Amino acid sequence: MRYAMAVDTRKCVGCADCVVACQTENNVPFGYARDWIVEIVNGSYPDTLKVHFESRRCHHCDDAPCVRVCPTGASHIVEGGIVKVTPEECIGCGACIEACPYGARYFHPDGYVDKCTFCDHRVKNGQDPACVSVCPTYCLIFGDLDDENSPISKVLREREYYTLAPDAGTKPNLYFLK
Amino acid sequence: MKEYLIVSGRHIDILYPHLHVWGFGIPLYLFIGGLAAGILIFATLFYLMGKDEEYPVTVKVATVIPPIIIALGLLFLIGDLRHKAYFWQLLTHIRLQSPMNWGAWTLTIVFFLSLLWPLSFTDDLIEFFDKRGRKKWLGFFQWVKRLMENVKILGKIVEGFAKHRRLWAIVTLIFSIVLGIYTGILLSTMNARPLWNTPILGILFLTSGVSTATAAIMWISNNHKERHLYTKIDFYLIILEMYLIFQMFFNMIQGPEIQVQTAQMFFGGDFTAVFWTVFVGMGLVLPWILEILELKGFTVPVAVPAFLILLGGLIFRIIMVYAGEISSFMPIPTVF
Repeated sequence: MRYAMAVDTRKCVGCADCVVACQTENNVPFGYARDWIVEIVNGSYPDTLKVHFESRRCHHCDDAPCVRVCPTGASHIVEGGIVKVTPEECIGCGACIEACPYGARYFHPDGYVDKCTFCDHRVKNGQDPACVSVCPTYCLIFGDLDDENSPISKVLREREYYTLAPDAGTKPNLYFLK
Repeated sequence: MKEYLIVSGRHIDILYPHLHVWGFGIPLYLFIGGLAAGILIFATLFYLMGKDEEYPVTVKVATVIPPIIIALGLLFLIGDLRHKAYFWQLLTHIRLQSPMNWGAWTLTIVFFLSLLWPLSFTDDLIEFFDKRGRKKWLGFFQWVKRLMENVKILGKIVEGFAKHRRLWAIVTLIFSIVLGIYTGILLSTMNARPLWNTPILGILFLTSGVSTATAAIMWISNNHKERHLYTKIDFYLIILEMYLIFQMFFNMIQGPEIQVQTAQMFFGGDFTAVFWTVFVGMGLVLPWILEILELKGFTVPVAVPAFLILLGGLIFRIIMVYAGEISSFMPIPTVF
């Protein structure tokens, strides 16, 4: 199993429902967010301005630098390629935050490092992650890359996509459909 | 124009307006690690070369510094953790992929070795401080001697250490070199930070650490011959360090776009002035010129170049840590 997520940047309107759903589902402390919306404006007025949105979160990289630098092994990869943190093992040194090119990690007020888990507690039961399940424009697509018939495999076969900071060499699993 | 805005209310102060995770404790600790490693490298190397009688300050007296500053460095390190009470987890895991982990192990080992090294020279140190009339240090080492006589096990350990001092000197030398290199490698494994992600950082931090150690030994030594020797060593070390800095930026400018952009921080960007004037100018070139004058036979108060080199080493690490956190593969969005 290889879980991945795709964000359809043509459909995303930047409503931040995914952000609120995640905060509610995962009890994210006030002021923090495991996923976030970035609005990207191209061009300059009065010429054509183009806007698109990216719903960003942890990229659950295949070659995750955060897992490599963790001194205690608190950062680890579980089945399906999901990158997780064990709060009891985390000493809060910040090495993984420094190592992540995407800014996906932050210090939880309780002292450990927190991040997106692809809602593995929901995924285990066959449900979609909270952000995916609430998206009003169906722009988030989640699934298993090893399964040829999963919606994510299909959409990545049919559509053009890009990933963020591919030159960081992390092999990310969050795809943005053009 | 391309503009990046966060529109979902994510106000995490360590991530925006730019990454700022490691506070002042980390560069200070990197400085301490390099300094302690350098002092131990000289002590063990000169001992192995059989020059302990010729250069007593290097081999015996200066080694009082490493255990004290490493203990301080450990405090800074633990102080920088967010889960402070969990720091011991570093030493219940062995992860070779993580320099922070094997660095913590190295630091622990070097700490104990650096404690034993001056302890095994207690008699010589008492004699040295007695001759110089340093009452406080003399009293301290007399107390240490009594302690070792009373606490049998401690005395036995130190005795065993002194018996095989040659072997332990080799072990300490190796671990000190590893410690000096590790302070650079700790940063260079973060491949998300283009400024740090360069192989030269390990050797550059080692060179800079050894250079600060020469400054420290130069400062404490009151033996003219020893001072002259360290001025000479440091003269070459600074040349090496300047070459390594040149090589680092040269590689960056010839490198991929992201590294070219990173180098811009030091060529016209925010760090230009502080790096080239304060660190390179005041911390390398000026003491280097003073050392040339000293070697030519002019009398230069030793405290001046020594202080400048030590301060330069600290400023270098502060700049590298701070600028490295700002350097990034992706444009950091503005919080809306």
